[in-house]
Amino acid sequence: MTATTTASSSRKLTIARAMAEATAQEMRQDPSVFVMGEDVGPMGGVFGNTRGLHEEFGGERVRDTPISETAFIGAAVGAASDGMRPIVELMFVDFFGVCMDAIYNMMAKNTYFSGGTVNVPMVLMTSTGGGYSDGGQHSQCLYGTFAHLPGMKVVVPSNAYDAKGLMTAAIRDDNPVVFMYHKSLQGMGWLGTEKGATVATPEESYTVEIGKAAVVKEGRDLTLVSLGVGVHHCLRAAKALGEEGFDAEVVDLRSLVPLDRETVRASVAKTGRLIVVDEDYHSYGVSGEIIASVAEHDLACLKAAPRRVAYPDIPIPFTPTMEQWALPNADKIVDAFHQMMSQ
Amino acid sequence: MQPNNDQRLWMYRQMVTSRHLEERIETLYMEGKTPAFNMAKGPIPGEMHLSNGQEPCAVGVCAHLSAEDVVVATHRPHHIAVAKGVDLNAMIAEIFGKATGFSGGRGGHMHIFDPTVNFSCSGIVGETLGPAAGAALSRKMQGKPGVAVAFLGEGAANQGAFHEALNLAAVWKLPVVFVIEDNAWGISVAKQAATAVPRNDVRASGYNMPGVHVADNDVEGVFAAAGEAIARARDGQGPTLIEIETSRLAGHFMGDGEDYRPEGEKEGLQQRDPIPRYRQALIEAGLLDEAADTRLVGEAHERVEAAIRFAQESDFLPPEAALETVFV
Repeated sequence: MTATTTASSSRKLTIARAMAEATAQEMRQDPSVFVMGEDVGPMGGVFGNTRGLHEEFGGERVRDTPISETAFIGAAVGAASDGMRPIVELMFVDFFGVCMDAIYNMMAKNTYFSGGTVNVPMVLMTSTGGGYSDGGQHSQCLYGTFAHLPGMKVVVPSNAYDAKGLMTAAIRDDNPVVFMYHKSLQGMGWLGTEKGATVATPEESYTVEIGKAAVVKEGRDLTLVSLGVGVHHCLRAAKALGEEGFDAEVVDLRSLVPLDRETVRASVAKTGRLIVVDEDYHSYGVSGEIIASVAEHDLACLKAAPRRVAYPDIPIPFTPTMEQWALPNADKIVDAFHQMMSQ
Repeated sequence: MQPNNDQRLWMYRQMVTSRHLEERIETLYMEGKTPAFNMAKGPIPGEMHLSNGQEPCAVGVCAHLSAEDVVVATHRPHHIAVAKGVDLNAMIAEIFGKATGFSGGRGGHMHIFDPTVNFSCSGIVGETLGPAAGAALSRKMQGKPGVAVAFLGEGAANQGAFHEALNLAAVWKLPVVFVIEDNAWGISVAKQAATAVPRNDVRASGYNMPGVHVADNDVEGVFAAAGEAIARARDGQGPTLIEIETSRLAGHFMGDGEDYRPEGEKEGLQQRDPIPRYRQALIEAGLLDEAADTRLVGEAHERVEAAIRFAQESDFLPPEAALETVFV
């Protein structure tokens, strides 16, 4: 099922284009797939991930909705249980407060409440992340919030190749999948763009298995675990550490639910050192879960206390001086490693 | 729109079945809960919301539906489930938390899912409308026959979900009907203390759809209103909002002391119990006599008793089965 990048596919795509391409390919071969959300129609999505779909498939299958997340995400649950495969967009993950019941009490639980007889095959795609001074209601990641609640798969791609494969897998999955894409990885110039997210992406359809992490850089001395934009911070930090003579391994989680604990444990078993990098809030989140997954499995493999570089437990401030100060970056990762080695 | 004689007897039979089910649950629920009331004890633990008095809402609507039509019911779902034709054995087994229940006991009485008749519930006030609108959208997009009906209480009409879903259904002209069971109480808060309008059907005008009111818990009034609304939906004319003045003859949940009710209210409601009233109407119409009624009631009771026996004789799943069916 899982393809690997081939020499013939050196074409580079942004994550936004990759998401749209995966969606279009699935819509061509499966009439039950449709898209709904705010501004997903002729506008092509505020973050570009439905661009071209309205032109190809029309307004019936690519539906602009009223600004009514409770109604249209609830409707997606009803449609998904009735033979359709909706892809529904929550424009900013920060908006989950107006519609969370439809997500965590229905989308995520109806399969369980029905003893597995009712499927809810839907994709909830939602943008995450800050770094561009959009303030505290348009900049959060909330990975841990969604991954904490049982009954929904959660994926967070860091590059276009994974985004396309994970989107295809999410659409084909018979369970609800939350597809969390980071705004600074979308390739939208006006958001600032992480160049490393725009990678070679095959034109043909393929899947990336949900629940499998990827070792994106191998190393011996340190394991850096992250997701989304944090993977790119880690790669830069690994490069800087390499210049100091330390060989860091970088694990891209790609999925939070199911979580590939085995890949993380295997890496830490090899390196003995762990730093988790997460743009989501520091406490009660992904970083703590990763460290616990290692510690409860084999404390003895750790040569040093694990560390995390995560967002402080504060609402996200607007002014760039404060926001940039609070965000994880490569320098902070390097500093964390130095502190680890000095203890 | 008038029901024919078969439909009249069908509605009466479903009401009698549902009522007997609720009365039996009431007795079984109290097992192990006396002298001290502890919700966790007895063969049916947890919250229990009985539908006594609200049967006309269920039968008057479901008389127009078949298995292919979609119904999303509330935290008080039994009467609607009976009228929609869910499997009684599996439903009662679910209420008992047994292996033979719809979900093997993972859901419970507020979470009854019978996909074979397109029936589901949500225990959250106001969260039946979105899924029903979505099922209606699914039918419209697929060109598949069938309409969707969302039931809700009058308290749910003050939820954002109500207003959002009505707007969405109207904008997209979906084949869906929204049915408000107005039992006048949101747990302990009276409708007039919580709702800015005396009748919620007027709110339909804000969403460019017909709003219909049915007074006095009238079975055939519900039948007529629902028949027209469902015919409109089937005909592609879009959604309708119906509010039914009904009565909650029990507490909000079992154990509710109902001290909030004005003195004499409950006695008055019981005198207007819709089932004896409908029985009398059918007798006067010559559709029923004492002997036929006794036979019909006996058959309905036996159906319920058989399902209760089935549930009682069923086993529980092993507790670790709780880990299964989170995903398919």
